[in-house]
Amino acid sequence: MTSSHEHEPRNPISSLNLNIIRDVQANTSAIERRCASLPARRSVKKAHQAAWLLKAITMIDLTTLSGDDTSERVKRLCAKAAHPLRRDILQALEMTPITTGAVCVYHDMVETAVGALKGTGIPVAAVSTGFPAGLSPLHLRIEEIKESVKAGAQEIDIVISRRHVLTGNWQALYDEMAQFRQACGSAHVKAILATGELGSLRNVARASHVCMMAGADFIKTSTGKEAVNATLPVSLVMIRAIREHFERTGFRVGYKPAGGISKAKDALTYLTLIKEELGHDWLSPHLFRFGASSLLNDIERQLEHHTSGHYSASWRHASA
Amino acid sequence: MTIKEIFETMDYGEAPESATEALNWIADHQPGFGMFINGAMTAAGDLFPSHNPATGEALAHITQATLEDVDLAVSAAGNAQAEWQNIGGKKRARYLYAIARLIQKHARLFSVLETLDNGKPIREARDADIPLVIRHFYYHAGMAHLMQEELPGRAPIGVCGQIIPWNFPLLMLAWKIAPALAMGNTVVLKPAEYTSLTALLFAQICQEAGLPAGVVNIVTGDGKVGDAIVRHDGIHKVAFTGSTAVGKHIRKVTAGSGKALTLELGGKSPYIIFDDADIDSAIEGVIDAIFFNQGQVCCAGSRLLVQETVAQKVYTKLKARMQKLRVGNPLDKSVDMGAIVDPKQLERIANLVDEHAHEGDVYQREDAPAGCFYNPTLITGLHASSELMQEEIFGPVLVSCTFRTPSEAVQLANNTRYGLAASIWSENINLALDIAPKINAGVIWINGTNMFDAAAGFGGIRESGYGREGGWEGLTAYTKPIADRTPVVSAEIFEGNITAQSNQIDRTAKLYIGGKQSRPDSGYCKAVFDKEGELISHAPLASRKDVRNAVEAAHKASSWSKSSAHLRAQILYYIAENMNARSHEFAQSLSRLAGVTSQEAAKEVEEAIDTLFTYGAWCDKFDSAAKPVPFRGVALAMNAPVGVIGAFCDDRPLAGLIDVIAPSIAMGNRIIAVASEAYPLVATDFYQILDTSDVPAGVVSILTGSHMELGRTVAGHYDIDAAWSFSSADISKTIEEESAGSLKRTWVNNGYDMRPSQREWLMQSTEVKTIWVPYGE
Repeated sequence: MTSSHEHEPRNPISSLNLNIIRDVQANTSAIERRCASLPARRSVKKAHQAAWLLKAITMIDLTTLSGDDTSERVKRLCAKAAHPLRRDILQALEMTPITTGAVCVYHDMVETAVGALKGTGIPVAAVSTGFPAGLSPLHLRIEEIKESVKAGAQEIDIVISRRHVLTGNWQALYDEMAQFRQACGSAHVKAILATGELGSLRNVARASHVCMMAGADFIKTSTGKEAVNATLPVSLVMIRAIREHFERTGFRVGYKPAGGISKAKDALTYLTLIKEELGHDWLSPHLFRFGASSLLNDIERQLEHHTSGHYSASWRHASA
Repeated sequence: MTIKEIFETMDYGEAPESATEALNWIADHQPGFGMFINGAMTAAGDLFPSHNPATGEALAHITQATLEDVDLAVSAAGNAQAEWQNIGGKKRARYLYAIARLIQKHARLFSVLETLDNGKPIREARDADIPLVIRHFYYHAGMAHLMQEELPGRAPIGVCGQIIPWNFPLLMLAWKIAPALAMGNTVVLKPAEYTSLTALLFAQICQEAGLPAGVVNIVTGDGKVGDAIVRHDGIHKVAFTGSTAVGKHIRKVTAGSGKALTLELGGKSPYIIFDDADIDSAIEGVIDAIFFNQGQVCCAGSRLLVQETVAQKVYTKLKARMQKLRVGNPLDKSVDMGAIVDPKQLERIANLVDEHAHEGDVYQREDAPAGCFYNPTLITGLHASSELMQEEIFGPVLVSCTFRTPSEAVQLANNTRYGLAASIWSENINLALDIAPKINAGVIWINGTNMFDAAAGFGGIRESGYGREGGWEGLTAYTKPIADRTPVVSAEIFEGNITAQSNQIDRTAKLYIGGKQSRPDSGYCKAVFDKEGELISHAPLASRKDVRNAVEAAHKASSWSKSSAHLRAQILYYIAENMNARSHEFAQSLSRLAGVTSQEAAKEVEEAIDTLFTYGAWCDKFDSAAKPVPFRGVALAMNAPVGVIGAFCDDRPLAGLIDVIAPSIAMGNRIIAVASEAYPLVATDFYQILDTSDVPAGVVSILTGSHMELGRTVAGHYDIDAAWSFSSADISKTIEEESAGSLKRTWVNNGYDMRPSQREWLMQSTEVKTIWVPYGE
């Protein structure tokens, strides 16, 4: 999976364009209406649904971000990432093996994960920069990125300083993001906006644009630790910002909703949203990821239902 | 395709809704459907095929009603009406609840049937049409329950003839039948010949609900059946939704019949995008505005007006969005646009576009399936003069031009014969709420489109028709005042000898136009005598050109409509005070003019003064409403002035005049009042009062002359918004007939002394304009 990054030219750091930030509009009510009608506008059934769910698996950043994580726990997660679906189900679907998009852990678990995933091609993503609050000293946050990269993380999920958004200090947000990006070097950087703490969809749009101008490879909704995590309205605002950025610069930035997406049906809705608003190019792990832990199990159950005709049970599938 | 292939292409595939149940229901009705008359289905008669527009195949066979069938239906409705009224609103409410619940239980069958018959995407039938139908019956069940308490002065009209279109077959049925039944009317409804099936399934629901026989009757067939209903003597009210041309025809046919009439007709609704709008959301909105139901929507946002600064951005994004539309099998749950209802409609759309496309830049998708489908189309760079900007296309064709300033946006938006709906997109609340009242339309959506609810009135002005559907305001279309009517009494016109000497100094009565006394354009006047045959004076004989001048003056006085209600109240009080100061003099001349005792005359002057104070009081108290619609936002039902009203007064020389002037100007209208033909002269004294009471020029014009002649001109004038007649002359029919030209609102006495309630005066003086304001940050 790492090599696949090469397909897409990276979104570079460009200058901070405050006109765009100033002109951003986001009509909450209209955005909610679009999100409410979208799941009813597209229906993916049968073989198509199975294929879409397989695709969704390849987009999962299989995640464990707990204080009680241990090496063995992380190894088990990595094993699941490499073999996310029971072999018989995969065969029944006449599908070649797939893996999840990445494994996402705290810095201390990076080395373990890299070791466990050796040979699978699955990249390790590290949450970083004082995750989840992002309030540790800036130089330590930058150092943390470098440490994780050194430890083998190929993707770094940084958290932005929400206070820069809430105080409208776009320059500070831009500078911070650009420094994070530079610290990542060749590792890809996902900017977590913590949208549940930004106050408005307009702020979500503004923060998205600033982070993309400052070289984010992905923008991501949430740490999973906020009271409100990924939602469809927030997603719509962020992917419209991505589209705008692409139309303006020609660079495709990826999108990662995280937190609260646990049902196969939700995954289909998200993929539909991406297909409708951004297009087919984004329906790839290079440009779209789910930050999720329990989503995979629900997808497995739906896929077993598809192959067997019987509703499945979670214990029939290996736990992560 | 293998799963592995789909994994790469990520196509949607097909997700068809099953048609089995609906087809089985149709198959149960062989060789074809009869009609629902007097509580039972008749045997099938002369059958015609109804097609599935998506496949072109005959879906079912429907009976063409005969004149006898219409007779039977109307008499069944007539026979059922008294009892349906007498059981009371609370009992009627139970039937309406039962209907709502039964439709809910059969919601999927109704949805699929609607899609098969009409060609609309199943998603729309399922998520828009049918839920709104259910909501409408629930809402009006409540209205039936509350009628006695809340509408004490109102009674049902009687038998309603209801003719509905093919674009929202069951929804339009609900909009017609629910309020009619709630208020105690019975109905004869004719669905459009293309789409009769859900109405026939509804007949079955009526039976299941145990609705008394004859309360609802459904007859099927083409326009001839509709015509028979409209002309039928047993029909007391006609409600029509459909094309403007047919609406005009119905207006003419029913003129003078005394039948109440509401019309919900065509539109060319503007969709305005200001440069500070959330452009992506505005584009999503316009997709919904013009491609919903393949653009076959009377209130479709079909005229896109974009601020020049963002026009290119909007067009680029819109074209990209149009690429994502999926056109095809309406039963596929992933389809955005289904089939056009009939090949004839398809041809009409294609012809209009082909003929005029060269006037602009056409962007059209090219991959619609073969058959009765039309590609989503955008035509930009058009000028207001283009036929495509003016004519209703009634298909998935969006036309567009740009504007520079908010005032130009308003001007372009209002540059249309229609006035149904409008969308305004701006993130600036000041701008949006400033523009909304300036758009001449019955429904305004701010940062939204196609929002409907049973609690909010829907309906238009100008050639989009009149009357509202939904809300309390919708009930006026299905009720009438309880008061018994007596025939209007014609005043005695006193004769005399023109050469008789008068001891008085000759006073020259004139017309009062635009705040000035003016001689009639005709140069003629008429001698007016008192009861003793003595010449009082001469009254000018106004003609066409005086009407024209008065209308022009009225339009120059448009700022009256924007003046504060407080100011209008003060002016009405001022008029009353000034008249009070001269009441003795008015009573004297009134007594002589009408040949009544001085006490009677004094009483009439008192009455007139009281009327002025009454509507002075009402000015700032006829409150608009905020409707409890089921979404986050408010729907404001604003009582907006009708505009310019032409009114013919009864023969109470002063009270009759003040009756039409006071409420109309209180609500912000400008009025051209034509004084009593028999006793015109007190009116010509009254303009002196106006002159001294700060009434701006043009707000009130007073004419004297022949009601018949002026009635024709006033009702036929395209720039008058409503025509009223309380005249003792037999001009109701003429006014209704002539009004068909511009479809102005009419309020005529049909030879009866109407004696309207204060609320009726106020309702006739206002248009309910529904402004939807969604909010949330």
